[in-house]
Amino acid sequence: MKRLVVGAVCAGLVCAGNAAFGATELVIATVNNGHMIEMQKLGKFFEQANPDIKLKWVTLEEGVLRQRMTTDIATKGGQFDLMTIGIYETPIWAKRGWLLPVKPDAAYDIDDLLPTIREGLSQNGVLYAAPFYGESSMIMYRADLVKKAGTSIPDRPTWDYLRDVAAKIHDPAKGVYGICLRGKPGWGDNMALVTTMANSYGGQLFDMKWQPQFTSKPWKDAVTMYVDLMKRYGPPGSSSNSFNEVLAMFNEGKCGIWIDATIAASFISDPKQSKVADKVAFAQSPAAGSERGANWLWSWALAIPKSSKHPDAAQKFINWSTSKEYVKLVAKEAGWANVPTGTRKSTYANPEFIKVAKFAAAEGAAIATADPRKPTLKPSPYVGVQYAAIPEFQTIGVAAGQQITSALLGKSTVDQALSMAQQAAEREMRKAGYYK
Amino acid sequence: MNRLMPRTLLTPAVLAIAIISIVPLLITLSYAFVKFSLLAPGEHAFHALENFHFFFSDGAFLPALQNTFVLMFSVMFITVLCGAALALLINEAFPGRTIVRIMLISPFLIMPAVNALMWKNMLLNPIYGLFAQVSHLFGLTPVDWLSQYPLLSIIMMVSWQWLPFACLIFMTALQSMDREQLEAAGMDGANYGQKLRYLYIPHLGRAVSVVLMIEMIFLLSVFAEIFTTTGGGPGFETTTITFMIYQQALQSYDIGAASAGALFAVLLANIAAFFLMRVIGRNLAK
Repeated sequence: MKRLVVGAVCAGLVCAGNAAFGATELVIATVNNGHMIEMQKLGKFFEQANPDIKLKWVTLEEGVLRQRMTTDIATKGGQFDLMTIGIYETPIWAKRGWLLPVKPDAAYDIDDLLPTIREGLSQNGVLYAAPFYGESSMIMYRADLVKKAGTSIPDRPTWDYLRDVAAKIHDPAKGVYGICLRGKPGWGDNMALVTTMANSYGGQLFDMKWQPQFTSKPWKDAVTMYVDLMKRYGPPGSSSNSFNEVLAMFNEGKCGIWIDATIAASFISDPKQSKVADKVAFAQSPAAGSERGANWLWSWALAIPKSSKHPDAAQKFINWSTSKEYVKLVAKEAGWANVPTGTRKSTYANPEFIKVAKFAAAEGAAIATADPRKPTLKPSPYVGVQYAAIPEFQTIGVAAGQQITSALLGKSTVDQALSMAQQAAEREMRKAGYYK
Repeated sequence: MNRLMPRTLLTPAVLAIAIISIVPLLITLSYAFVKFSLLAPGEHAFHALENFHFFFSDGAFLPALQNTFVLMFSVMFITVLCGAALALLINEAFPGRTIVRIMLISPFLIMPAVNALMWKNMLLNPIYGLFAQVSHLFGLTPVDWLSQYPLLSIIMMVSWQWLPFACLIFMTALQSMDREQLEAAGMDGANYGQKLRYLYIPHLGRAVSVVLMIEMIFLLSVFAEIFTTTGGGPGFETTTITFMIYQQALQSYDIGAASAGALFAVLLANIAAFFLMRVIGRNLAK
């Protein structure tokens, strides 16, 4: 009798095991941001619609994720079937032949994708990664404080004008800092902002001969303005603040002006998270000679590495998770305030979204004016607004970010910091063989 | 026959150790002389000394060298001094000594990354950290440790973590002291200071050399604390040779330059160990 029971249990387990063996397992490497966490929760709908596919999520922090994926792809490890990659990696990896092109199915409506985002994720007109999230940058400010100071912030103010407004609303005694900006070193942290500042002064990362431009006048003006703003009207401890830290401060009502990712608008307007939800207003990023490149463009997208073991199942998942239906699914399960934005025109045309998202128009305008193919006033040889889609940029961006933080802390002058950044950049470019 | 048998039996073990330790070194040696970047797939062309030149001409190299030595010697100094002091303090029996000993040892068991994050977020944060709160208590403006004194902060974190190690070694060394000699000295009228100078410290000499040797090997490769808190910055203030190797390997994906740096680090460690052995050898012979 006991043997019968044990035998039945074993047989049952074997059957279950077999059923699991029959399913295809998709390993998805992803970042730990809110939209991806939401996607993991809603993954069960995909599994229900496709019973032979099981999803396995590997969630990592952005920097670690980049390293693991780059190592995996470069060594053809085949660990991941799907990867969350940014608009920075996509052109590089597509050019190397490391990615499979996205095959949209009939219902996908690829023309619905926002043009600048689609451009940034394509190579030779072919889409290599499907965006599930996109952003630009813009000014977010406390309308109440600005009005009380008797002034206003129009779209595309000059940096001098913005500095004056910050001076008027700067009141540390009451715990309000005129302007809060990112200060943490990193190519995706402070460099994203500072590069757009340099662009807005008419600068660029590299000239047409691939010479780094860190010691050019626009960069000097931009970094001088940045350091000045932060020293006079910024909060203490800025050098360790990135997006999350400044968001926390803004939500507490400590910041008068903030220039950062458009997605922040959804958080600071949410009464559940922000103490100043009903007091925020938005404007397009400042420009001081060039509107081109004054606000950045970023997108997280899903891509299939060439070494993927299940490319067809991966295509199915990409089609599902970046479709119009997925946006509606998130709206149904989590509300229109939490849908991933910055990818499709249809989202911005949807009346329910516009109703909950007061920032929709400003965000849409920002994304539309950030063109990665023509990012700067003068012609540039690279793709990307706040980055250059070349593999050497990561090291250069990190080094430059460190130097700018050093200038922010007063440990070096702006000129010293920029010349160190220039040296580091030239070394990398020379090593990579750009100057034959 | 007598000599052959034990040697044959030992061969598998010796071979395993040799493979594990020598083979990676040889591979690193070979990578250091070729052009090998993960981002530029293709043949690994022979690159002669280019990788070394690239590594040494980095603007960060001299600061990194200086930071490495400052970090290593500061931590060694602090741990040996405070470790010896603590060990002497808890040498005599007192109620609760076992618990105190366990508490003194425990920082060493924490993972370096956890240690670093704990210091960064709970102690050193200029707004929410404990040090900031204490500063407020005394009416002073809080110090932004990681921005103003980054290397000092790293030294604090690593010393705190390695203090138990030194303390443990010294504790056991003190336990092995000759009780009769100590009592005899007491009876001859020696006070604590004299006992310290003539009995305790010479006895601890050997333990100090052990601690210094082991710490030298491990402190050269301190990485987690720097990575999680300052990322090598601001500027080059907390970049060490180890961190530079990481930057080359995993940020620039240049295996060639990283291997060149790693060989340099091995050379550095060997030179330091050689000098240390000479100094300690003299001490031990006395």
